[in-house]
Amino acid sequence: MMARRRGDLLGLRAALADRLLPVLVGAMSFLATLAIGGALACATLAAGWQGNIETALTIQVPQPGNPDAANDGTRLAAVQRALAVDPDVQNAAVMSTAEMNKLISPWLGSDAASLGLSLPAVITAQWRGAGSADTLGAQLQQVSPGTLVKTGAMWAQRVAALTTSLQACALAVLLVVALVAAAVVAVATRSGLAQLRETIDTVHGLGALDSDIAARFAARAVWLALGGSFGGTLLALPILAWLAWLAAPFTGPARLGGFFNLPPALLALALVLPACAALIGWITAQFTVRGWLRHLP
Amino acid sequence: MVRFDDVWLRYQHSGRAPEADALRGISFEIEDGGFRWLTGPSGAGKTSLLKLIYLAEHPARGRIEILGARAARATRREAAMLRRRIGVVYQDFRLLPQLDAYDNVALPMRLARRSETQVQADVGEILRWVGLAHRLHARPDELSGGEQQRIAIARAVVARPKLLVADEPTGNLDDEQAERLMLLITALNKLGTTVIVATHNTGLVKRYPFPRLSLEHGRLVHDG
Ligand SMILES: Nc1ncnc2c1ncn2[C@@H]1O[C@H](COP(=O)(O)OP(=O)(O)O)[C@@H](O)[C@H]1O
Ligand SMILES: [Mg+2]
Repeated sequence: MMARRRGDLLGLRAALADRLLPVLVGAMSFLATLAIGGALACATLAAGWQGNIETALTIQVPQPGNPDAANDGTRLAAVQRALAVDPDVQNAAVMSTAEMNKLISPWLGSDAASLGLSLPAVITAQWRGAGSADTLGAQLQQVSPGTLVKTGAMWAQRVAALTTSLQACALAVLLVVALVAAAVVAVATRSGLAQLRETIDTVHGLGALDSDIAARFAARAVWLALGGSFGGTLLALPILAWLAWLAAPFTGPARLGGFFNLPPALLALALVLPACAALIGWITAQFTVRGWLRHLP
Repeated sequence: MVRFDDVWLRYQHSGRAPEADALRGISFEIEDGGFRWLTGPSGAGKTSLLKLIYLAEHPARGRIEILGARAARATRREAAMLRRRIGVVYQDFRLLPQLDAYDNVALPMRLARRSETQVQADVGEILRWVGLAHRLHARPDELSGGEQQRIAIARAVVARPKLLVADEPTGNLDDEQAERLMLLITALNKLGTTVIVATHNTGLVKRYPFPRLSLEHGRLVHDG
């Protein structure tokens, strides 16, 4: 029993029992988790997309069966020949009817052929050239007028810009959340100090060092922030898991739902965020108490 | 040793007239192991003078030396260390309401990081000495005024201070208890503790004829 008292010489447990501190720090951690989860998801998606998009070439050849400009074969064959000799183009492949059907069925129904439309042939390929693929477009126009070349470079740039701005938002959210958490700790510490004013006066008079008193408040703040933050983070993870499950169709093959769907970086958050909250609590309480003690002689 | 050299004290935050100096030009010296009564009417400045000694106020002017250290020159840490060597019995006790008698008395020793075994031995002994060994686990609000005062005295002396400062320590005690307290204080004084006791109790001053510092309106009017 003596040992217990020794750990709580100032009766801080009662004075800083403030339920508000853990709850608010928990809420801040909840928001931080969502922000970090969002930023991470964004980065993952973008990385996945960008790698493919940037080098992807899509070549549409309208009326592929008609004769080409030089009149020695079909337009499609002419384009294929041109692509085959270009060292910057690799993995050129004509999309099969089945693949085409799959692509357009959401818009046009199950079987495009049954509609009697004259669909262009679509060739997918990878662009390995250093510069832009515009010259390729001009070249294909000559052998087979009307042929369109599309690259993903522009999309890649847009995705990159979008990712950057979303991550900047997340960073801003984190900053605000950290500041609010610090403010919450400062206010709770100040109210604890006010409540214990006489005790602190007395203990100071008995020769307690500023660091002794600050350390006790800081330890209390650390535990409260740690608990609150851990709770808030844990509460946010299932929500992130659910969002990940919702987003699964866009990210790749749907996997099992739930917690284990989250990247390990996110699960590590459950440890890292409370540690950050504890650090914020410790630093803020130390500064608040030491500043306040300056008023004592 | 305690030495005051032309010390003035003015309370900054008082809304009163600016000429209200609580202490005016105080000079005296108490040798190591000395004993002084501090007397004077209510409002004369006794508590103010003691506060300067136990480093709870800074003087407006003058030079104060406590246990060989210049008070004004001490860093915050040095001041705290100095306070640990000064036992104080406050006029209003200042016991921590959330701690029981034992933990209140143990506080100075725990702040000085003494071992729990030593705390137990010394706190037990001092509580027996003030006659409260049976009230270890009572909180201050469960104790009478006299009992609280004895706890406050026990806390002041438990860490064997070099200097003991007591502000009207017999105020809430009956004659027999006051006599016991004086036995305790004089015993500590004989062991080498420098003692200064502010009191209204003229009978006690007569029975223990130590030198006397006397204040009136913030001025020292008698020393010897
Ligand atoms: N904290 C304070 N603020 C302003 N004035 C004070 C304060 N403490 C004491 N005083 C004033 O200083 C004078 C001396 O008070 P004090 O030292 O308490 O006298 P004593 O202990 O001899 O009764 C009184 O006029 C008192 O009103
Ligand atoms: Mg007084």
